Amino acid sequence: MLPVGPTVTALAVIAVLVLVVSASTGPVGVAPIDAARIVIGHLLPGMPWMSDGTLTPLQDQAVWQFRVPRSLLAALSGAGLALAGAMMQAVVRNPLAEPYILGVSSGASVGAVLVIVSGGATFLGLTMSGAAFIGAMVACLLVAMLARIRGELSPTRMILAGVALGALLSAVTSYLTLTTDAQNVVSVMFFLLGSVSAADMSSLLIPAVALAIACTAVFGLSRSMNALLSGDESAMAVGVRTSRLRGLLLVLASLLTGAIVAVSGGIGFVGLVVPHIARLLVGSDHRRMLPVTVLGGALFLMIADLLARTVAMPTEIPLGILTAFVGAPFFLWLMRSGGERAGFDR
Amino acid sequence: MNVQFDGVSVVRGGRTVLHGIDLEVASGRIVGLVGPNGSGKSTLLRTLFMGQRPHRGRVLIDGADASLLAPRALARTVSVMLQDAPSEFDLTVRETVLVGRSPHRPPFSRDTREDQCIVDEALRTADVHDLGDRLVRTLSGGQRQRVMLARALAQDGRILVLDEPTNHLDIAHQLDLMRVVSGLGTTVIAALHDLNIAAAFCDDIAVLDEGRLVAFGPPDAVLTPALVDEVFAVTARIAIEVDTGARAMTFHPRRRSDHGSTDIPNHPTNRGEEE
Repeated sequence: MLPVGPTVTALAVIAVLVLVVSASTGPVGVAPIDAARIVIGHLLPGMPWMSDGTLTPLQDQAVWQFRVPRSLLAALSGAGLALAGAMMQAVVRNPLAEPYILGVSSGASVGAVLVIVSGGATFLGLTMSGAAFIGAMVACLLVAMLARIRGELSPTRMILAGVALGALLSAVTSYLTLTTDAQNVVSVMFFLLGSVSAADMSSLLIPAVALAIACTAVFGLSRSMNALLSGDESAMAVGVRTSRLRGLLLVLASLLTGAIVAVSGGIGFVGLVVPHIARLLVGSDHRRMLPVTVLGGALFLMIADLLARTVAMPTEIPLGILTAFVGAPFFLWLMRSGGERAGFDR
Repeated sequence: MNVQFDGVSVVRGGRTVLHGIDLEVASGRIVGLVGPNGSGKSTLLRTLFMGQRPHRGRVLIDGADASLLAPRALARTVSVMLQDAPSEFDLTVRETVLVGRSPHRPPFSRDTREDQCIVDEALRTADVHDLGDRLVRTLSGGQRQRVMLARALAQDGRILVLDEPTNHLDIAHQLDLMRVVSGLGTTVIAALHDLNIAAAFCDDIAVLDEGRLVAFGPPDAVLTPALVDEVFAVTARIAIEVDTGARAMTFHPRRRSDHGSTDIPNHPTNRGEEE
């Protein structure tokens, strides 16, 4: 196992480097050093290079208006989805759990697709993000209600209800997609597969707040999450209110996922894979693996987004395709080579 | 600390699994809970450490109702050693034992040096100090059982609850575990299957049968061949070692003619999960 401090530091440094590379990559040529200058210049007032004419307005716009926001949204989305995945895996104590297990993404899709097929910018007064968020919340509320037995959430029922409801909602999405005008289909596909291409600085706020709340909460709950790993009874024996803990983690993970899906669409695979990689690196103790999960998720999606907009330039590939294309083979390799330590050999 | 079960009844799935248990365990005493599978041993233990309110009656710890204590406060008082439950996400031995410290530390706090010292000592006492960095899942059943003991020791309560602690242990570690537990000076309540081990290490034996307390007292007075025959449906004989005078029981299948009945509802080999 790696020491957690240096691992976190290394991930953070690499993430900053990827941000700079991402900011300098694209049709408008910007040297990495200039990209870094633009970012610093916008954060700190009075930097000489911002006003001495070495940078063109086009460069400034490309970096600060487009590339940095989308890279940051990718980072927030990756961090949030990975954290939500780790939380869900702890809640249901199952390595197959992921952020969308409660039908969150299927619900969000129905919401977003309703807005798209209605032809306008809103549906029942909701914007696409708003409708996606409401759809996500309704779906996970339904699953949570279905999974309750005598006031307790049953982990197995949560998975089963999530899978069933997800299938039902996907059918609704498919029907809406097939019956809508052809020009809307691409928008629908783009949402379903996830993208951060529409990001601007204001779209970062809600995911950032949701991520900050969830990070703070799990920091306080990580000891109890460790106790939960060895079973409900064993956790109760050390004073953990298991039912309350499950409920709290569930609500936080759903809100976090909903906030991200609403702006970035259904980016798959991050929430499933990144927590497992974090466990392989630093072990299953949540106090060690959660920081690595958050930073690892951010880094993973930043790289995926950089690839998404560069490998097939000028066409942009949806993020969900990239994450699956890169993530799935990597995950399978990991499963074959490091299975025992990650707990896959059961 | 003193533990008092005061008319404790528990109903589960419409079936009464404990019928008004009255039992008082004085501070520092070691009480062995024995009885066939499904007799209610584990259920009785769970009314103590999970703060589960019994359907009737109360569980009192030094006179205070256990179900009214905050879970973390209860967990600081009552240490628990359960059977190890397999986990999909595996902690190391040391991390598992550290979980025992969680009721003593508020959320958002770090492990203190004191926690580390207590964990080190618990690992040594349970004879698993050389396994600290191993993943629990890679250990043998007996080693895992000793890790669970170490976790209970790190929990550092003044009452220790043990649910079949000697399962999976080789005979040396069975004796070792019971020696460690009886040397702690805490009040101990242990569900035990091995009647000879129970007799050798416990101050008192409580015998449960079909949810009722049928006998309570010092081992020699309680564990008689007649009672064992009655409760466990086996023929027991007492053997006295020639050189030491130590007492042990041997067990033999009950023959049909012994009681005129072939019906052995609670035979010890019927190891069910219902407890």
